[in-house]
Amino acid sequence: MLLRHTTADIKERKALTVNPAKTCQPIGAMYAALGIHGCLPHSHGSQGCYAYHRSTLTRHYKEPVMAATSAFTEGASVFGGQANLLQAIDNIFTVYEPEVIAVHTTCLSETIGDDIPQIVNKAKADGRIPEGKYVFHANTPSYVGSHVTGFASMTKAMVDYFAESGPRSRTINLIPGFVEPADMTEIRRLATEMGISAILFPDTARVLNGPLTGKYRMFPEGGVTIDQLRQSGASVGSIALGALASAPAGLAMDAKCKVPCAVLNLPIGLHDTDLFVDTLRRMAGVNVPETIDLERGQLVDAISDWHPYLYGKRVGLVGDPDQLLALSRFLTALDMRPVYLVTGSPAGKKFEEQLRETLADAGDDLRIAVPGDMFLFHQWIKERSVDLLMGNTYLKYIARDEDIPFVRCGFPILDRMGHSYFPTVGYRGALRLLEKMLDAVLDRKERDSSDIEFELVL
Amino acid sequence: MAISAEYKDADGVLEGKDLEGVRRRLLEKYPPKVARKRDKQIVVNRVGEDGSVPVVMSNVRTVPGLISQRGCCYAGCKGVVLGPTRDIVNITHGPVGCGFYSWLTRRNQTDPDSSPDGHNFMTYCFTTDMQDEEIIFGGEKKLRLAIQEAYDNFKPKAIAVFSTCPVGLIGDDVHAVCREMKEKLGINVFGFSCEGYKGVSQSAGHHIANNGIFTHVVGTDDAVPEGDFKINLLGEYNIGGDAFEIERIFEACGLTLVATYSGNSSIEHFARSHTADLNLIMCHRSINYVAEMMETKFGLPWIKVNFIGAAATAKSLRKIAAYFDDPALSERVEAVIAAELPAVEAEAAAVRPRTEGKRAMLFVGGSRAHHYQELFAELGMKTLSAGYEFAHRDDYEGRRVLPDIKVDADSRNIQELEVHPDPERYRPRVDAQRAETLAAKGVDFADYAGMMPEMPAGALVIDDISHHETEKMIALFKPDIFCAGIKEKYVIQKHGIPLKQLHSYDYGGPYAGFKGAINFYQEIDRMVNSRVWGYLKAPWQKNPELAAKYAFE
Repeated sequence: MLLRHTTADIKERKALTVNPAKTCQPIGAMYAALGIHGCLPHSHGSQGCYAYHRSTLTRHYKEPVMAATSAFTEGASVFGGQANLLQAIDNIFTVYEPEVIAVHTTCLSETIGDDIPQIVNKAKADGRIPEGKYVFHANTPSYVGSHVTGFASMTKAMVDYFAESGPRSRTINLIPGFVEPADMTEIRRLATEMGISAILFPDTARVLNGPLTGKYRMFPEGGVTIDQLRQSGASVGSIALGALASAPAGLAMDAKCKVPCAVLNLPIGLHDTDLFVDTLRRMAGVNVPETIDLERGQLVDAISDWHPYLYGKRVGLVGDPDQLLALSRFLTALDMRPVYLVTGSPAGKKFEEQLRETLADAGDDLRIAVPGDMFLFHQWIKERSVDLLMGNTYLKYIARDEDIPFVRCGFPILDRMGHSYFPTVGYRGALRLLEKMLDAVLDRKERDSSDIEFELVL
Repeated sequence: MAISAEYKDADGVLEGKDLEGVRRRLLEKYPPKVARKRDKQIVVNRVGEDGSVPVVMSNVRTVPGLISQRGCCYAGCKGVVLGPTRDIVNITHGPVGCGFYSWLTRRNQTDPDSSPDGHNFMTYCFTTDMQDEEIIFGGEKKLRLAIQEAYDNFKPKAIAVFSTCPVGLIGDDVHAVCREMKEKLGINVFGFSCEGYKGVSQSAGHHIANNGIFTHVVGTDDAVPEGDFKINLLGEYNIGGDAFEIERIFEACGLTLVATYSGNSSIEHFARSHTADLNLIMCHRSINYVAEMMETKFGLPWIKVNFIGAAATAKSLRKIAAYFDDPALSERVEAVIAAELPAVEAEAAAVRPRTEGKRAMLFVGGSRAHHYQELFAELGMKTLSAGYEFAHRDDYEGRRVLPDIKVDADSRNIQELEVHPDPERYRPRVDAQRAETLAAKGVDFADYAGMMPEMPAGALVIDDISHHETEKMIALFKPDIFCAGIKEKYVIQKHGIPLKQLHSYDYGGPYAGFKGAINFYQEIDRMVNSRVWGYLKAPWQKNPELAAKYAFE
């Protein structure tokens, strides 16, 4: 057994987290910053953080993940990291020549209270920031929230620093949330199909799923440009997908530039994609084209075709709050029963209420922990197992110990391909999720069936 | 020495390129102050008659913004040295990230069924998940409760606590909490002040881990394990099963392994490791402190060994046999070598026509950039350039330079333990006369020659290589393979050059010992001869003029 010390005997824990279902803020900020074209993320802390964050993102994407660090020493940790950051800004612009440096902080620089705007102003005054180039920042203390909070803060900082009011354009802002590059592409594609011009930020497509051509580009093709971020303040409206990851940026846009914002669930599954498409349609004043009706119809068709194998299945989910909520809505739409749900992110009472509302009919053994950890989740499973597990790669230890079919989704996925290239959002993403769940459930059914029961056609 | 000098280029020239010119190209884009510093960390190797080599500035602070490969002190302590021990509950005291990122990401394999109680906590991540209230009001209370909860839930025989960046700043006294909980729970509880900002790299964490394990664990059990020829293997972390392969060879030779620091290890092994008669060091950087302290306190000598490469493995085994000077042992060692080598040599011969003459660069941690040169040499491959993330001058230049090393301001606060001979248990294993006899047979006690004396002249040595320098080296030399870690892997491969991860082994292994050598030969053959590197250009990109003509017409 891999997790041989986990038993069904649940003892209350107040201080010890075991097998966390979250990680810390800066990695989310780094991911968001990579969604800006020509941007080098910068970690203002000791260098271990940036090494870990780059490694984890690299393992997830199998792609280069660039970032710099202030490389605090003990001296800087006591006297402040201003000299380190100034030197870093100098070196980065001289050696690597990005268009923009996106600074985030760590628990170290937050605890000592480094004032980043003051340091950046000093860099500007000293002439360390070349003409036409930018340094901006988000505070991302690791001891508050989770990686999703860090993503949200860096995305909001894009608005705070760059969005400018202007004569209304016909553009719509899409804030996709902490989702994959492939999801960002799919969200943009849906808007494009509807003839809508969108500013999507951050946008990691073609940054973290780039081609192999024999030529390395430190600043890949993709990413939202600073010009587009500037213009985002003049858009007709914003759609913020995922309350935790995207709402702060969307609401900041509204406050700063009076661009009205609709905060929606991530468009995972049928109903939340419907909501996204419908909101887009109304906001832009366009009709939904037949191509999208077709996609939706195909999804509904597949659901009806495969419903018998999914009906009533008990599912355990671990993940980030925005994904958990949308996924739960999708699973209940399939007449599946999400029964155990854990997120490490402290997403708040309102989130938990929404989740409970969605799952009101899931069954009498519904268990939700916000925040909780994977150790507790595993203990629930020890008490009564489930038919399917969904979550990041760390769940595979539970899946193996308990012999439960497992679908990888969320962050991080360190041991399979697919998530960089194929979306889980939109109707097409929902089809893919359906396919993955069916593969897992049906592979198990066939593995467990006797020779006599084994069927050719399902 | 297995590494031949066959490609010893003329003075100052490597592959037809003037080396001073290469160094200039690496530095030219840097601001003057950075260039001056990096200048001292980039050195053209020369080996004097007496084995002396040029000075490499190393173990100095990282240049902010330059994009280094380095990690932190916590990673060196918790991630590297203590992580691989299966039966200690390791609690990370800090916000969630540090514990999360060091959770199962280094491939230290372990076999819990070889311990009587079967404990294995390596698949778990334990953290106090500090919140802002602990930053403000202190985290000692939460830590105390976390230790209690770890005990209540897991009943381990030991609990270790690892401090992260904010812990030192807010002034939590981790050691006092550990002492108190040790008293209360009656199990071994000890702490490490391995805040990420200490020192300049992972290296500080190694030292802190060595000090902690020596203070709190080594020598706490005087029961002498059964068996002849008792040894400890130090600085071997069982990545991809390396230690298992070495254990297999030791067993075949009739050696008794008391403890490995710390691959496939149990805290009980450390507790009685002082009862062994010889310490063998694989990774000099991470564990030489424990070896020195054990020698001072218990009289246990150490020698440097290397089990990477078949020839190196055979040589190391013979050194051990020479030390014990027992005819039966020597006979068994020779029999094992004779039995194992033919298969390795056959594989090398099969692969060599496809690898001969190919060129490698190695920039890895603090020891592998040296060890793996031997394996490449066995494949007929050259090492054009090598360097470490965080090694010190002694790892580059050999321990002979130790007296000349000055500890700078950034590393001065890493504690040096004062160790004295144990009044009861100090037992010198060799006297001066015997040490001399053994030295004549190539058993050099307490010595490590370093990487550079074993590298050919003209090779470029780069300490703490930056992303910029990596790019330049690729552009200038287009090596056939580059060895580094996960952060570099896909950068290099985007250039169409394979990168072999020598930290994680790209999820393969083992590469140590005889079987490991065979695995490595096959893996390098696969990588440098993969068809994929020929797919980078589409057919229409290879002949664009035809398409242009068609479009024009």
